[in-house]
Amino acid sequence: MSVPIHRGQDVSQPAIVVESVSKSFGSRTVLNDFSFTVPAGTTFVLLGRSGTGKSVTLKLICGLIKPDAGTVTVNGADITKLESRELAETRKHMGFLFQSAALFDSISVGENVAFPLRRHTKKADAEIRDQAQALLEKLGLGKEYDSMPGDLSGGMRKRAGIARALAVDPSILLVDEPSAGLDPITSREIDELLIEIGANRQATLVVVTHNMPSARRIADQMAFLDEGRLLAQGTVEEMERSEHQLVRDFMKAPQGG
Amino acid sequence: MTSAEEAIEWFGGLSLFAGQVLRDAFRRPFEFTEFLRQVFEIGWRSAPLIVLSGLAVGAVLSMHTRSTLERFGAESMIPTALAFALVKETGPLVTGLLISGRVGAGIGAELGGMRVTEQIDALESLAVDSFKYLVVTRVAAAVVCLPLLTVLMNFSGLLGGFFAEAAISGASFAFYFQTAFSSLAFSDYIPPTLKTMVFGFLIGSTSSYLGYNATGGAEGVGRASTQSVVLSSIFLIVANVILVKGIFFLYPGSGS
Ligand SMILES: Nc1ncnc2c1ncn2[C@@H]1O[C@H](COP(=O)(O)OP(=O)(O)O)[C@@H](O)[C@H]1O
Ligand SMILES: [Mg+2]
Repeated sequence: MSVPIHRGQDVSQPAIVVESVSKSFGSRTVLNDFSFTVPAGTTFVLLGRSGTGKSVTLKLICGLIKPDAGTVTVNGADITKLESRELAETRKHMGFLFQSAALFDSISVGENVAFPLRRHTKKADAEIRDQAQALLEKLGLGKEYDSMPGDLSGGMRKRAGIARALAVDPSILLVDEPSAGLDPITSREIDELLIEIGANRQATLVVVTHNMPSARRIADQMAFLDEGRLLAQGTVEEMERSEHQLVRDFMKAPQGG
Repeated sequence: MTSAEEAIEWFGGLSLFAGQVLRDAFRRPFEFTEFLRQVFEIGWRSAPLIVLSGLAVGAVLSMHTRSTLERFGAESMIPTALAFALVKETGPLVTGLLISGRVGAGIGAELGGMRVTEQIDALESLAVDSFKYLVVTRVAAAVVCLPLLTVLMNFSGLLGGFFAEAAISGASFAFYFQTAFSSLAFSDYIPPTLKTMVFGFLIGSTSSYLGYNATGGAEGVGRASTQSVVLSSIFLIVANVILVKGIFFLYPGSGS
């Protein structure tokens, strides 16, 4: 069997390796000698109570926060040691949905989605608008191209954030609580979309979620973050049989956390 | 940590930040579109404020000048005296302070808002150098716009002075402006106008520094915005003393 190669990515090599990472803010230690590996083309779901450092972990992977100790390797390169230009090159292949969506509030929703295309492609204006519009439609926001982010509901902003993260067709997608604030039906649609991205495009996904039904549906691997480290890691079945009561309780909860 | 240490650390941070602005300003790629947008924001949209203030300041200065010069029977000197006062000091300083208020507060609040709502992180995650895109463009635009706004202030001031004068003495427009400009030399005009580029740099980098590094939610943004105005005004006034001294040193004639 030949090893599938996707956009120059060697699938046999892990897409993300977080190794012995520690991170403190002032006197508060958030991550303490924390490690995990995400094989390329798989979906990794990160669970944990609020404030345990899940969002910080995603930012570490994107190089937005530097660890105090340890390494973060993305597609074979240590992201903490890259020059700003190399880091930018790596980020062109990453998509990031922020917990707060972080849409640019001075431009329209459609232009938010078009922004990375305008920056990183040489496509004509009409083509970029079409592409942004198509992405918005895919996320049920077809009518919102000209709306301003401030006029959208929280769930709509989240979906617009996903559209923007998908615009560059990323090989690594970091998703922070995609279904928070969404109704169950929309939430399920987002799951389907994430599964489709994981399966069809062979992208690597790291998803932070509190929504257990959703986590079960999309995860290849799960991990539970507690007190700066991974308390448990494994497949859904393995997590259900975890020796830790906290993890088992979390897995049972309909809306864990 | 004592507050003295904090202050030193803060200044160190600001100096490094300003140094990086200077370095990155000459490093490709240039964010030209964003720079133009900022020139529009900082320059063009400040123009009404500058014109109105200039008219009022010029009218008031002219009335004071008249009451002084009348005692010596030197009313014909009024346009010259006003032109000197405006061009050499009042125009640059008032422009600087007005822009500290309008633009300093704006940059502090805008960048602060983008920081605490993770929009700066979002820019970075989309492979954009947020420092070049947000900070360098704003500082560069402030540096370019301040001398232009100062020229606008000077002209509006003279015009305000003319209106005040015309109401009293019925001076003609041509006579007024001819007298105003006849004794102004290059060294009277250019150095004080160009020194406002330093004001622009101070306003731009101080307020960007505060906004770009804002923490603590909406409250932090408000703080960044207020501090931007206060600190850039103070820095500007202090820098002005040094600059005026420097200009006297370089152009001794301009003191007379
Ligand atoms: N930039 C930052 N500066 C200071 N503290 C931070 C910063 N980012 C996160 N933290 C702190 O780190 C901890 C973990 O935050 P986060 O990763 O957002 O948690 P969550 O698991 O809920 O996503 C929290 O206590 C938060 O206050
Ligand atoms: Mg979080």
